[in-house]
Amino acid sequence: MAKQTLQWTDQYVEELIGNLLRVGVTLAAAVVLFGGIVYLFRHGRAAPQYHVFMGEPTDLRSVSGIVKDALAFRGRGLIQLGLLVLIATPVARVAFSVAAFAMQRDRLYVVVALIVLAVLMCSLTGARA
Amino acid sequence: MNNIEFTLLVWVSALLAGFVGSLTGLGGGIIITPVLTLALGVDIRYAIGATLVSVIATSSGAAAAYVREGFSNIRIGMFLEIATTVGAVMGALLAARISTGAISIIFGLVLLYSAYASSRPRHERVGDCQPDPLATRLKMNGSYPTPDGPKGYCPQAVPTGFSLMFGAGILSGLLGIGSGAVKVIAMDQAMGLPFKVSTTTSNFMIGVTAAASAGVYLSRGYIDPGLAAPVMLGVVVGSLVGARVLTRAKTRWLRLVFGLVIGIMAVEMIYHGLTGRL
Repeated sequence: MAKQTLQWTDQYVEELIGNLLRVGVTLAAAVVLFGGIVYLFRHGRAAPQYHVFMGEPTDLRSVSGIVKDALAFRGRGLIQLGLLVLIATPVARVAFSVAAFAMQRDRLYVVVALIVLAVLMCSLTGARA
Repeated sequence: MNNIEFTLLVWVSALLAGFVGSLTGLGGGIIITPVLTLALGVDIRYAIGATLVSVIATSSGAAAAYVREGFSNIRIGMFLEIATTVGAVMGALLAARISTGAISIIFGLVLLYSAYASSRPRHERVGDCQPDPLATRLKMNGSYPTPDGPKGYCPQAVPTGFSLMFGAGILSGLLGIGSGAVKVIAMDQAMGLPFKVSTTTSNFMIGVTAAASAGVYLSRGYIDPGLAAPVMLGVVVGSLVGARVLTRAKTRWLRLVFGLVIGIMAVEMIYHGLTGRL
Protein backbone atom coordinates (compact mmCIF):
# COMPACT_ATOMS: atom_id res chain seq x y z
CA MET A 1 0.00 0.00 0.00
CA ALA A 2 2.83 2.34 0.91
CA LYS A 3 4.39 1.60 -2.45
CA GLN A 4 1.20 2.53 -4.25
CA THR A 5 0.90 5.99 -2.64
CA LEU A 6 4.62 6.64 -3.01
CA GLN A 7 4.44 6.11 -6.76
CA TRP A 8 1.76 8.73 -7.34
CA THR A 9 3.71 11.72 -6.05
CA ASP A 10 3.02 15.13 -7.56
CA GLN A 11 6.31 14.91 -9.41
CA TYR A 12 5.45 11.58 -10.98
CA VAL A 13 2.01 12.88 -12.02
CA GLU A 14 3.61 15.96 -13.57
CA GLU A 15 5.99 13.76 -15.52
CA LEU A 16 3.10 11.71 -16.91
CA ILE A 17 1.08 14.81 -17.79
CA GLY A 18 4.09 16.24 -19.64
CA ASN A 19 4.39 13.07 -21.71
CA LEU A 20 0.66 12.94 -22.39
CA LEU A 21 0.66 16.51 -23.72
CA ARG A 22 3.73 15.95 -25.85
CA VAL A 23 2.35 12.80 -27.46
CA GLY A 24 -1.03 14.46 -28.11
CA VAL A 25 0.40 17.53 -29.80
CA THR A 26 2.89 15.54 -31.88
CA LEU A 27 0.23 13.10 -33.06
CA ALA A 28 -2.18 15.93 -33.89
CA ALA A 29 0.46 17.86 -35.83
CA ALA A 30 1.38 14.73 -37.82
CA VAL A 31 -2.25 14.02 -38.79
CA VAL A 32 -2.86 17.69 -39.70
CA LEU A 33 0.30 17.80 -41.83
CA PHE A 34 -0.66 14.59 -43.62
CA GLY A 35 -4.23 15.82 -44.22
CA GLY A 36 -2.91 19.17 -45.43
CA ILE A 37 -0.70 17.47 -48.01
CA VAL A 38 -3.61 15.32 -49.24
CA TYR A 39 -5.84 18.42 -49.42
CA LEU A 40 -3.35 20.57 -51.33
CA PHE A 41 -2.47 17.71 -53.63
CA ARG A 42 -6.11 17.51 -54.72
CA HIS A 43 -7.32 21.09 -54.39
CA GLY A 44 -4.11 23.11 -54.56
CA ARG A 45 -5.09 24.89 -57.77
CA ALA A 46 -8.47 26.09 -56.55
CA ALA A 47 -8.91 29.66 -55.30
CA PRO A 48 -9.08 30.23 -51.53
CA GLN A 49 -12.28 31.85 -50.24
CA TYR A 50 -11.73 33.06 -46.73
CA HIS A 51 -12.71 36.70 -47.10
CA VAL A 52 -16.40 35.81 -47.00
CA PHE A 53 -17.68 33.84 -44.04
CA MET A 54 -19.88 30.92 -45.04
CA GLY A 55 -19.30 28.49 -42.20
CA GLU A 56 -18.13 24.93 -42.64
CA PRO A 57 -20.32 22.21 -44.19
CA THR A 58 -22.14 20.14 -41.56
CA ASP A 59 -19.92 17.07 -41.99
CA LEU A 60 -16.93 19.09 -40.74
CA ARG A 61 -18.77 20.33 -37.66
CA SER A 62 -19.40 17.12 -35.72
CA VAL A 63 -17.18 14.31 -34.47
CA SER A 64 -19.07 11.62 -36.39
CA GLY A 65 -19.01 13.61 -39.63
CA ILE A 66 -15.29 14.29 -39.31
CA VAL A 67 -14.46 10.63 -38.65
CA LYS A 68 -16.53 9.62 -41.70
CA ASP A 69 -14.73 12.15 -43.92
CA ALA A 70 -11.34 11.13 -42.59
CA LEU A 71 -12.06 7.44 -43.25
CA ALA A 72 -13.06 8.36 -46.80
CA PHE A 73 -9.52 9.80 -46.99
CA ARG A 74 -10.63 13.35 -47.70
CA GLY A 75 -7.96 15.96 -46.99
CA ARG A 76 -10.17 18.38 -45.09
CA GLY A 77 -11.63 15.52 -43.02
CA LEU A 78 -8.14 14.30 -42.12
CA ILE A 79 -7.04 17.79 -41.03
CA GLN A 80 -10.17 18.17 -38.95
CA LEU A 81 -9.47 14.76 -37.35
CA GLY A 82 -5.99 15.99 -36.39
CA LEU A 83 -7.55 19.11 -34.88
CA LEU A 84 -9.94 16.88 -32.91
CA VAL A 85 -6.95 14.97 -31.53
CA LEU A 86 -5.47 18.34 -30.54
CA ILE A 87 -8.66 19.47 -28.80
CA ALA A 88 -8.88 16.09 -27.08
CA THR A 89 -5.35 16.44 -25.65
CA PRO A 90 -6.19 18.91 -22.83
CA VAL A 91 -9.44 17.01 -22.22
CA ALA A 92 -7.42 13.81 -21.78
CA ARG A 93 -5.12 15.71 -19.43
CA VAL A 94 -8.07 16.67 -17.21
CA ALA A 95 -9.48 13.13 -17.33
CA PHE A 96 -6.07 11.80 -16.35
CA SER A 97 -5.92 14.31 -13.47
CA VAL A 98 -9.18 12.92 -12.09
CA ALA A 99 -7.54 9.48 -11.92
CA ALA A 100 -4.29 10.87 -10.51
CA PHE A 101 -6.04 12.81 -7.75
CA ALA A 102 -8.08 9.69 -6.95
CA MET A 103 -4.85 7.68 -6.60
CA GLN A 104 -3.58 10.36 -4.23
CA ARG A 105 -6.86 10.12 -2.27
CA ASP A 106 -7.40 13.84 -2.77
CA ARG A 107 -11.20 13.91 -2.85
CA LEU A 108 -11.50 17.67 -3.06
CA TYR A 109 -9.48 17.79 -6.26
CA VAL A 110 -11.19 14.76 -7.75
CA VAL A 111 -14.36 16.86 -7.56
CA VAL A 112 -12.63 19.98 -8.94
CA ALA A 113 -11.23 18.02 -11.90
CA LEU A 114 -14.61 16.37 -12.52
CA ILE A 115 -16.30 19.78 -12.73
CA VAL A 116 -13.76 20.96 -15.32
CA LEU A 117 -14.20 17.72 -17.25
CA ALA A 118 -17.99 18.14 -17.21
CA VAL A 119 -17.75 21.68 -18.64
CA LEU A 120 -15.43 20.43 -21.41
CA MET A 121 -17.76 17.55 -22.24
CA CYS A 122 -20.80 19.84 -22.38
CA SER A 123 -18.98 22.12 -24.79
CA LEU A 124 -17.77 19.31 -27.03
CA THR A 125 -21.00 17.35 -27.21
CA GLY A 126 -23.84 19.62 -26.22
CA ALA A 127 -23.36 23.03 -27.78
CA ARG A 128 -25.50 23.11 -30.89
CA ALA A 129 -26.91 26.61 -30.58
CA MET B 1 -3.56 33.29 -55.87
CA ASN B 2 -4.37 29.60 -55.58
CA ASN B 3 -4.67 27.40 -52.48
CA ILE B 4 -1.02 26.29 -52.48
CA GLU B 5 0.28 29.86 -52.56
CA PHE B 6 -2.25 31.02 -49.99
CA THR B 7 -1.42 28.12 -47.65
CA LEU B 8 2.31 28.86 -47.88
CA LEU B 9 1.70 32.54 -47.17
CA VAL B 10 -0.44 31.72 -44.14
CA TRP B 11 2.15 29.21 -42.92
CA VAL B 12 4.99 31.73 -43.14
CA SER B 13 2.88 34.42 -41.42
CA ALA B 14 1.96 31.99 -38.65
CA LEU B 15 5.61 31.02 -38.28
CA LEU B 16 6.57 34.66 -37.77
CA ALA B 17 3.63 35.25 -35.44
CA GLY B 18 4.60 32.23 -33.33
CA PHE B 19 8.20 33.45 -33.21
CA VAL B 20 7.29 37.01 -32.18
CA GLY B 21 4.62 35.74 -29.79
CA SER B 22 7.10 33.56 -27.98
CA LEU B 23 9.80 36.28 -27.82
CA THR B 24 7.44 38.94 -26.49
CA GLY B 25 5.59 36.53 -24.21
CA LEU B 26 2.28 37.50 -25.81
CA GLY B 27 1.69 34.13 -27.44
CA GLY B 28 1.33 33.50 -31.16
CA GLY B 29 -2.47 33.45 -31.13
CA ILE B 30 -3.00 37.10 -30.37
CA ILE B 31 -0.65 38.12 -33.21
CA ILE B 32 -1.82 35.82 -36.00
CA THR B 33 -5.47 36.95 -35.95
CA PRO B 34 -4.66 40.59 -36.89
CA VAL B 35 -2.21 39.35 -39.55
CA LEU B 36 -4.84 37.09 -41.11
CA THR B 37 -7.58 39.70 -41.05
CA LEU B 38 -5.63 42.88 -41.83
CA ALA B 39 -2.99 41.58 -44.25
CA LEU B 40 -4.64 38.55 -45.83
CA GLY B 41 -8.28 39.66 -45.76
CA VAL B 42 -9.56 36.57 -43.96
CA ASP B 43 -12.96 36.91 -42.26
CA ILE B 44 -12.37 37.42 -38.53
CA ARG B 45 -14.53 34.42 -37.61
CA TYR B 46 -12.36 32.03 -39.65
CA ALA B 47 -9.26 33.73 -38.24
CA ILE B 48 -10.47 33.27 -34.65
CA GLY B 49 -11.38 29.62 -35.27
CA ALA B 50 -7.97 28.80 -36.73
CA THR B 51 -6.12 30.72 -34.02
CA LEU B 52 -7.98 29.01 -31.20
CA VAL B 53 -6.69 25.63 -32.34
CA SER B 54 -3.12 26.88 -32.62
CA VAL B 55 -3.38 28.23 -29.06
CA ILE B 56 -4.12 24.70 -27.79
CA ALA B 57 -1.06 23.38 -29.62
CA THR B 58 1.46 25.97 -28.37
CA SER B 59 0.15 25.91 -24.82
CA SER B 60 0.20 22.14 -24.56
CA GLY B 61 3.62 21.92 -26.20
CA ALA B 62 5.15 24.45 -23.81
CA ALA B 63 3.29 23.08 -20.79
CA ALA B 64 4.78 19.66 -21.47
CA ALA B 65 8.23 21.16 -20.90
CA TYR B 66 7.27 23.33 -17.91
CA VAL B 67 5.40 20.77 -15.77
CA ARG B 68 8.50 18.60 -15.67
CA GLU B 69 10.59 21.46 -14.29
CA GLY B 70 8.22 21.74 -11.33
CA PHE B 71 7.21 25.39 -11.74
CA SER B 72 3.53 25.01 -12.52
CA ASN B 73 1.11 24.35 -9.68
CA ILE B 74 -1.33 21.74 -10.93
CA ARG B 75 -3.84 22.30 -8.10
CA ILE B 76 -4.04 26.06 -8.56
CA GLY B 77 -4.35 25.51 -12.31
CA MET B 78 -7.08 22.92 -11.99
CA PHE B 79 -9.11 24.99 -9.51
CA LEU B 80 -8.96 28.15 -11.63
CA GLU B 81 -9.81 26.16 -14.75
CA ILE B 82 -13.36 25.89 -13.41
CA ALA B 83 -13.62 29.67 -13.89
CA THR B 84 -11.78 29.83 -17.22
CA THR B 85 -13.67 26.97 -18.90
CA VAL B 86 -17.12 28.23 -17.88
CA GLY B 87 -16.05 31.72 -19.04
CA ALA B 88 -14.69 30.34 -22.31
CA VAL B 89 -17.95 28.58 -23.20
CA MET B 90 -19.88 31.78 -22.45
CA GLY B 91 -17.42 33.85 -24.49
CA ALA B 92 -17.74 31.50 -27.46
CA LEU B 93 -21.54 31.67 -27.28
CA LEU B 94 -21.31 35.46 -27.04
CA ALA B 95 -19.09 35.61 -30.15
CA ALA B 96 -22.01 34.52 -32.32
CA ARG B 97 -24.27 37.25 -30.95
CA ILE B 98 -22.17 40.37 -31.34
CA SER B 99 -21.01 41.96 -34.59
CA THR B 100 -17.59 41.28 -36.11
CA GLY B 101 -16.86 45.00 -35.82
CA ALA B 102 -17.33 44.87 -32.05
CA ILE B 103 -15.15 41.74 -31.82
CA SER B 104 -12.46 43.54 -33.77
CA ILE B 105 -12.55 46.55 -31.42
CA ILE B 106 -12.39 44.39 -28.27
CA PHE B 107 -9.57 42.44 -29.88
CA GLY B 108 -7.60 45.62 -30.54
CA LEU B 109 -8.05 46.85 -26.97
CA VAL B 110 -6.97 43.53 -25.45
CA LEU B 111 -3.97 43.44 -27.78
CA LEU B 112 -2.94 46.97 -26.76
CA TYR B 113 -3.26 46.13 -23.09
CA SER B 114 -1.35 42.86 -23.47
CA ALA B 115 1.50 44.57 -25.30
CA TYR B 116 1.67 47.21 -22.55
CA ALA B 117 1.51 44.65 -19.73
CA SER B 118 4.19 42.43 -21.23
CA SER B 119 6.64 45.33 -21.60
CA ARG B 120 6.36 46.40 -17.96
CA PRO B 121 8.95 45.09 -15.52
CA ARG B 122 7.52 42.70 -12.96
CA HIS B 123 8.43 42.82 -9.32
CA GLU B 124 8.74 39.69 -7.30
CA ARG B 125 7.29 39.76 -3.80
CA VAL B 126 10.01 39.11 -1.26
CA GLY B 127 10.00 37.87 2.30
CA ASP B 128 7.87 35.30 4.06
CA CYS B 129 4.15 35.19 3.50
CA GLN B 130 1.21 34.48 5.75
CA PRO B 131 -0.72 31.42 4.51
CA ASP B 132 -4.26 32.34 3.52
CA PRO B 133 -6.89 30.09 5.19
CA LEU B 134 -8.91 29.49 2.00
CA ALA B 135 -5.82 28.81 -0.11
CA THR B 136 -4.60 26.42 2.58
CA ARG B 137 -7.90 24.53 2.57
CA LEU B 138 -7.62 24.29 -1.22
CA LYS B 139 -4.05 22.97 -0.82
CA MET B 140 -2.62 25.70 -3.02
CA ASN B 141 0.50 26.51 -1.03
CA GLY B 142 3.57 25.16 -2.75
CA SER B 143 7.21 25.64 -3.54
CA TYR B 144 9.24 26.12 -6.69
CA PRO B 145 12.88 25.52 -7.61
CA THR B 146 15.31 28.47 -7.34
CA PRO B 147 19.11 28.58 -7.56
CA ASP B 148 19.18 28.53 -3.72
CA GLY B 149 16.93 25.49 -3.42
CA PRO B 150 13.13 25.20 -3.26
CA LYS B 151 11.32 28.33 -2.14
CA GLY B 152 7.81 28.31 -0.69
CA TYR B 153 4.91 30.56 -1.62
CA CYS B 154 1.36 31.02 -0.39
CA PRO B 155 -1.38 32.33 -2.69
CA GLN B 156 -3.66 35.11 -1.41
CA ALA B 157 -7.05 36.49 -2.50
CA VAL B 158 -8.39 33.31 -4.10
CA PRO B 159 -11.90 34.75 -4.82
CA THR B 160 -10.42 37.77 -6.66
CA GLY B 161 -8.14 35.52 -8.68
CA PHE B 162 -11.05 33.24 -9.48
CA SER B 163 -13.23 36.15 -10.71
CA LEU B 164 -10.42 37.55 -12.86
CA MET B 165 -9.95 34.10 -14.36
CA PHE B 166 -13.61 34.02 -15.29
CA GLY B 167 -13.03 37.26 -17.24
CA ALA B 168 -9.92 35.79 -18.85
CA GLY B 169 -12.02 32.80 -19.93
CA ILE B 170 -14.69 35.01 -21.53
CA LEU B 171 -12.04 36.93 -23.50
CA SER B 172 -10.39 33.68 -24.54
CA GLY B 173 -13.66 32.25 -25.83
CA LEU B 174 -14.73 35.49 -27.49
CA LEU B 175 -11.46 36.25 -29.27
CA GLY B 176 -9.91 32.79 -29.68
CA ILE B 177 -6.79 33.76 -27.76
CA GLY B 178 -5.05 32.36 -24.69
CA SER B 179 -5.48 35.68 -22.82
CA GLY B 180 -2.28 35.02 -20.93
CA ALA B 181 -1.99 38.70 -19.97
CA VAL B 182 -5.22 38.62 -17.92
CA LYS B 183 -4.33 35.26 -16.40
CA VAL B 184 -1.01 36.67 -15.29
CA ILE B 185 -2.70 39.69 -13.61
CA ALA B 186 -4.92 37.26 -11.71
CA MET B 187 -2.10 35.07 -10.49
CA ASP B 188 0.81 37.50 -10.34
CA GLN B 189 -0.88 40.56 -8.92
CA ALA B 190 -4.08 39.38 -7.21
CA MET B 191 -2.91 36.05 -5.82
CA GLY B 192 0.72 37.05 -5.33
CA LEU B 193 2.29 34.00 -6.96
CA PRO B 194 5.95 34.09 -7.99
CA PHE B 195 6.64 35.19 -11.56
CA LYS B 196 7.70 31.78 -12.90
CA VAL B 197 4.86 29.93 -11.17
CA SER B 198 2.15 32.22 -12.54
CA THR B 199 3.51 32.24 -16.11
CA THR B 200 3.87 28.48 -16.34
CA THR B 201 0.60 27.70 -14.54
CA SER B 202 -1.22 30.18 -16.81
CA ASN B 203 0.29 28.49 -19.84
CA PHE B 204 -0.77 25.13 -18.46
CA MET B 205 -4.38 26.37 -18.20
CA ILE B 206 -4.59 27.94 -21.65
CA GLY B 207 -4.98 24.61 -23.48
CA VAL B 208 -7.92 23.51 -21.35
CA THR B 209 -9.56 26.94 -21.62
CA ALA B 210 -9.22 26.97 -25.40
CA ALA B 211 -10.51 23.39 -25.67
CA ALA B 212 -13.67 24.48 -23.84
CA SER B 213 -14.55 27.06 -26.49
CA ALA B 214 -13.21 24.96 -29.39
CA GLY B 215 -16.23 22.65 -29.13
CA VAL B 216 -18.59 25.58 -29.63
CA TYR B 217 -16.54 26.99 -32.51
CA LEU B 218 -16.33 23.61 -34.23
CA SER B 219 -20.07 23.02 -34.13
CA ARG B 220 -20.65 26.54 -35.43
CA GLY B 221 -18.44 25.92 -38.45
CA TYR B 222 -15.80 28.53 -37.56
CA ILE B 223 -12.91 26.08 -37.76
CA ASP B 224 -11.85 25.71 -41.38
CA PRO B 225 -9.34 22.88 -41.93
CA GLY B 226 -7.68 24.51 -44.94
CA LEU B 227 -6.87 27.61 -42.89
CA ALA B 228 -6.33 26.01 -39.47
CA ALA B 229 -3.72 23.54 -40.75
CA PRO B 230 -1.08 26.09 -41.87
CA VAL B 231 -1.87 28.38 -38.91
CA MET B 232 -1.39 25.63 -36.36
CA LEU B 233 1.71 24.10 -37.96
CA GLY B 234 3.26 27.55 -38.45
CA VAL B 235 2.61 28.88 -34.95
CA VAL B 236 3.94 25.71 -33.31
CA VAL B 237 7.21 25.73 -35.25
CA GLY B 238 7.57 29.51 -34.80
CA SER B 239 7.16 29.39 -31.05
CA LEU B 240 9.60 26.50 -30.69
CA VAL B 241 12.23 28.53 -32.56
CA GLY B 242 11.34 31.63 -30.53
CA ALA B 243 11.79 29.77 -27.25
CA ARG B 244 15.28 28.67 -28.38
CA VAL B 245 16.30 32.20 -29.35
CA LEU B 246 14.87 33.64 -26.14
CA THR B 247 17.35 31.74 -24.00
CA ARG B 248 20.35 32.94 -26.00
CA ALA B 249 19.85 36.28 -27.74
CA LYS B 250 19.66 39.75 -26.24
CA THR B 251 16.02 40.38 -26.79
CA ARG B 252 15.51 43.89 -25.39
CA TRP B 253 15.60 45.84 -28.63
CA LEU B 254 13.78 43.06 -30.46
CA ARG B 255 10.94 43.26 -27.97
CA LEU B 256 10.79 47.03 -28.36
CA VAL B 257 10.47 46.82 -32.15
CA PHE B 258 7.88 44.06 -31.95
CA GLY B 259 5.98 45.95 -29.25
CA LEU B 260 5.68 48.89 -31.63
CA VAL B 261 4.47 46.71 -34.51
CA ILE B 262 1.91 45.05 -32.24
CA GLY B 263 0.68 48.46 -31.06
CA ILE B 264 0.12 49.55 -34.67
CA MET B 265 -1.78 46.32 -35.43
CA ALA B 266 -3.98 46.86 -32.37
CA VAL B 267 -4.86 50.40 -33.43
CA GLU B 268 -5.65 49.16 -36.91
CA MET B 269 -7.95 46.44 -35.56
CA ILE B 270 -9.84 49.08 -33.58
CA TYR B 271 -9.98 51.40 -36.60
CA HIS B 272 -11.27 48.67 -38.91
CA GLY B 273 -13.85 47.65 -36.32
CA LEU B 274 -15.08 51.23 -35.99
CA THR B 275 -15.27 51.84 -39.73
CA GLY B 276 -16.92 48.47 -40.28
CA ARG B 277 -14.36 47.20 -42.73
CA LEU B 278 -13.98 43.81 -41.11
